[in-house]
Amino acid sequence: MTATLPTRLVPARSPSGATGYALPFRERVAPYAYIAPFFLLFGVFGLVPFLFTFYIALFEWNPIGDQTFIGVDNFTRMLADPRFWNATGNTISIWALSTVPQLLVALVLAHVLNHARLRFALFFRMSILVPYITSVAATAIVFAQMFDRDYGLLNWLLGLVGIGSIDFIQSVWGSHVMIAVMVAWRWFGYTALLYLASLQAIPRDIYEAASIDGAGGWHQFRHITVPSLRPVIIFTVVTSTIGGLQIFTEPLLVARTTNLTCGPVRQCQTLTLFLYEQGFGKYEFGYGAAIGVALFVMIILVAAVNYALSSRIRGN
Amino acid sequence: MLIDTTAGGAIGTTMTGAPSGGRRARSGGRLGRVRWWSYLLVGVAAFGSLFPLYWMFIVASTDSATATRMPPEIVPGGNFFQLAGLVLETVPFLQSILNSLVIATTIGVGQVLLCALAGFAFAKLRFRGSGVLFLIVVLTMTVPTQLAIIPQYMIISWLGWVDTLQAVTVPGLASAFGIFWMRQHIAATISDELMQAARIDGASTWQIFWRIAFPIVRPAAFVLGLFGFVTAWNDFLWPFIVLKSPERFTAQIAIKALQNSYTVDLGLAMSGSFLATLPLLVLFVLVGRRMVAGILDGAFKG
Repeated sequence: MTATLPTRLVPARSPSGATGYALPFRERVAPYAYIAPFFLLFGVFGLVPFLFTFYIALFEWNPIGDQTFIGVDNFTRMLADPRFWNATGNTISIWALSTVPQLLVALVLAHVLNHARLRFALFFRMSILVPYITSVAATAIVFAQMFDRDYGLLNWLLGLVGIGSIDFIQSVWGSHVMIAVMVAWRWFGYTALLYLASLQAIPRDIYEAASIDGAGGWHQFRHITVPSLRPVIIFTVVTSTIGGLQIFTEPLLVARTTNLTCGPVRQCQTLTLFLYEQGFGKYEFGYGAAIGVALFVMIILVAAVNYALSSRIRGN
Repeated sequence: MLIDTTAGGAIGTTMTGAPSGGRRARSGGRLGRVRWWSYLLVGVAAFGSLFPLYWMFIVASTDSATATRMPPEIVPGGNFFQLAGLVLETVPFLQSILNSLVIATTIGVGQVLLCALAGFAFAKLRFRGSGVLFLIVVLTMTVPTQLAIIPQYMIISWLGWVDTLQAVTVPGLASAFGIFWMRQHIAATISDELMQAARIDGASTWQIFWRIAFPIVRPAAFVLGLFGFVTAWNDFLWPFIVLKSPERFTAQIAIKALQNSYTVDLGLAMSGSFLATLPLLVLFVLVGRRMVAGILDGAFKG
């Protein structure tokens, strides 16, 4: 270490170190200039709109007409609106249907992919990441075809085993399953790689010792893989929930004709789609913003549950 | 980018991994024989991942009559170029691919440069308030801004940016996650001694960044840029809100426009989807290995 050299902008070893009173002005402001673009962009396109949502939600706000302050009326209206609760139910249903299978599949895959002697490992890793790079829009179109009532691949297969045609798109459960499959398909490989990243930090000797003690693949999976992944599992549950609360494109694109409602009975209209319908379909900015606030509250609740869960696990 | 709304704890657990892939890659992993069912599982997963894209190409290359025939065709037909031609006629598709390329490239490059700069400042420079400011950067990851689309649209409208490409590009140019990612890599790879040596040689802060720090972290920056590119290319909601006229559409919005005539021709929508996916598939064949490594390297949040 060459601590005796004149340091100038180099991080000083002691907090009282001469952090550059001798520096020219340009050099002193340089760090602020380097971080300024982010703060500017986040402020204008992130923070200000975020705070403004809470303000607009208190108004009857028509983009071309007047803005009338109406207090919490948008919220009372929302809580009495069956369409809001329908969208909330749909969102939670689709989220649960997609997250649970996705994480289970990812867990098993990560365990298998972590095998040191697996051949073609790179091919398998790359293959399962392909859905992630495929756009939601393209995914929605191809899955809508595969789940089609009359000409879909899936119904043809179901027909072969003697199950009659299911009208996935028009039914509540069918459309939820279909969208959940899309979401799970897009993310399972990515999640598996996240888990694999965590697994690779586990020293090989632990598995080796387990092997010597006669623990087979299942026991290793159950007693080494799953427990060591707990933090990252919680992380993925939370991020998938945040993502799940904002599902928009899939329901918009699978229900072909009645776009913003996702079907005649709003069978797969999610919260973000409902927000969009009110805000940009009906130009009720105030009501749309209130839905945005509701989404924010839900996200906070998820974060709180996550925090409680994490600290419980750390306590153990 | 997906907004990361986890508490600090979760970020810490997944992000603390030292950003150097090679070292860790060999330490993990299990020994022993690989059972046949392992191959069956990963084989099925790989098949399941790739099949929908193959199917997309099948339908995109046959006429409607064949696409709706039962049992379905499982080999591509010869109609692909004809359908692709029809796609180009129905919407300005080449233009939309070009728009997507411009937007995604600008965002990818912007993220690399702006996040590397900010990450460098937070990792290696001493300045008043840096601790607090970095904390703010991390906290911004927890603010779910996507639900604020109505005021975001209003701001774009006030700026006079509705129906322009910069409405899509500019908000995505820098990200909190990118800064975090670059800071980790710069802190781990650029030594203080190197900084000092450069200082003594009379290099300015900018020169140290551009000539020394950035070249060293270029691989990590490249991965960040890739994920920025892919996310921007596939983004739907925001372009859907701010872009109005067909010649400004991104590829994803063009798919939606094609899909409006879905009932008319299924092959058309599939053809468009395939064309919009093709550039990313090519990119993935070229750099997919590095994307996988990027995820394994530090739990990438894309």
